[in-house]
Amino acid sequence: MKTEYKIIVDLIEEKTRVLDVGCDDGTLLESLKKNKNVDARGIEISKDKVQTCVSKGLTVIEGNAELDLKQFPNDSFDYVVLGQTLQAFINPEIVIKELLRVGKKAIITIPNFGHWKVRLNLLIKGTMPITESLPNDWYNTPNIHMCTIKDFVKFSKIINFKIFKSLALTNKNISTINNSNLFYKNLFAELGIFLIEK
Amino acid sequence: MNIKENIKTLVIKNPLKLDCGKTINNFPLAYETYGSLNKNKDNAILVFHALTGDQFVTGINPVTKKDGWWSYAVGPNKSIDTNKYFVICANVIGGCMGSFGPSHKNPDTNKIYGTDFPVITINDMVNAQVNLLDHFEIKKLFSVVGGSMGGMQVLQFISNYPDKAGTVVPIACTSSHSAQNIAFNELGRQAIASDHNWFDGKYLSNNTLPDKGLSVARMAAHITYLSKKGLQEKFGRKLQERDALKFGFDADFQIESYLRYQGSVFVDRFDANSYLYITRAMDYFDLVKQFDGNLSNAFKKTKAKFFVISFTSDWLYPTQENKDIVIALNAIGADVGFVEIKSDKGHDSFLLDVPDFLNTLKNFLDKSYSER
Repeated sequence: MKTEYKIIVDLIEEKTRVLDVGCDDGTLLESLKKNKNVDARGIEISKDKVQTCVSKGLTVIEGNAELDLKQFPNDSFDYVVLGQTLQAFINPEIVIKELLRVGKKAIITIPNFGHWKVRLNLLIKGTMPITESLPNDWYNTPNIHMCTIKDFVKFSKIINFKIFKSLALTNKNISTINNSNLFYKNLFAELGIFLIEK
Repeated sequence: MNIKENIKTLVIKNPLKLDCGKTINNFPLAYETYGSLNKNKDNAILVFHALTGDQFVTGINPVTKKDGWWSYAVGPNKSIDTNKYFVICANVIGGCMGSFGPSHKNPDTNKIYGTDFPVITINDMVNAQVNLLDHFEIKKLFSVVGGSMGGMQVLQFISNYPDKAGTVVPIACTSSHSAQNIAFNELGRQAIASDHNWFDGKYLSNNTLPDKGLSVARMAAHITYLSKKGLQEKFGRKLQERDALKFGFDADFQIESYLRYQGSVFVDRFDANSYLYITRAMDYFDLVKQFDGNLSNAFKKTKAKFFVISFTSDWLYPTQENKDIVIALNAIGADVGFVEIKSDKGHDSFLLDVPDFLNTLKNFLDKSYSER
């Protein structure tokens, strides 16, 4: 399992209700069910992946986070997870607000556009960066709102949500992000993982 | 049509108060079963049939000698695996495959009911069928499954009997019949009523049958079960056994011939008055209204696990109407999964060989069964 998922599993308390938005093939949900005994639910846009999830015995609905989170009442879940897709939404602000309406807490992971490889790629080549975690060309990427770890921290102040925990993932190593190391983490982390609250 | 010898019938002694206000008792409910009930009696699945279905879900239908209506989905190792599950299906009341319906005789008058048969509802249908659980001494079904009108019965069943099923699978259905649904049903009923052989429903006493009307009703309905794309691909403007148009009103086009055929075979196996009664039951179905405008309340008392399935090309009960059920369930934190299956086969997709559908249904049931 991806290190990212392991970190998310660690962040989630046992026997809680969790919604994974964009749950892919259900790997994270399966692990949460098994290791944390959570009531696990998922939303996934791809029909094939929903069918995969069903074959694993997971409760998943086919749907789109921008349209289908509406149906869940306030605080229906203890945690709502959004893994590496915030940058793909037309309006990330609305999505975050919806996550925090539906869930008491949200866990958001973002591919860090501030990573040095990305910066170097653009600086030297002068073309849109293509890296292992960002493999698409500018014209076919689903990522329309890329941001850096620093941008995300700034965003929390602009739209007013609390970052409860910030973690950086660098070469499978996990470290905590704080105000004093933000500059370095923003340069070296491939992924930012944030536990947020209203 | 001598059908009695092949039909298992349970006589329901308990009085059943119908929604129309009348009470019926000592009435027959025809059913069939497949597979075997295990010791714990916890492997039973109650399958509900659609408008023109019957209790003969799979294998050869002993009356029509054709494949059962859900042979693709039900049988050994199939989606609803009869090696594993005990499948029960009953002919709905109002139907014409042995259950109490308009072609039966009224014991008080000794005359065939015809349109004197009480108007029945989806609610009445499931309230009749729940007696099968007592008959087999089943406390709780593993699952209730059905497509189209069968799906409506699934929803009504779990709403009426929240503890009597562990999993709930409504397929290609709706919680409330739309104006368009009612319109198409009314077209069918008017086709029957305008056949001069209908005799205000008393055709059996007049030794005749409103075959033409029933056949037109079936033709119109059949169009609603298919998608435009499916029809275009299968028939297009292909001509029927001719090289050129004949400038007349014979079936020039294959689609015309196909529809006429569908109509003609239907009248051999279906009763016109039953068609009126069952379409009426569908039109009256409005689970939203039953629960004062809040569908969620229909499911508040159940802990069952739901799985809702719709089809991309189904315009009779489109995805949004299926999704409304999902939304109502999510609003109360119920355990609900949902998938829209890609298919060009229209509303009929659930009856046909649509592998994504059949696999998903199997996966859901088998996984839920092993985790129960």
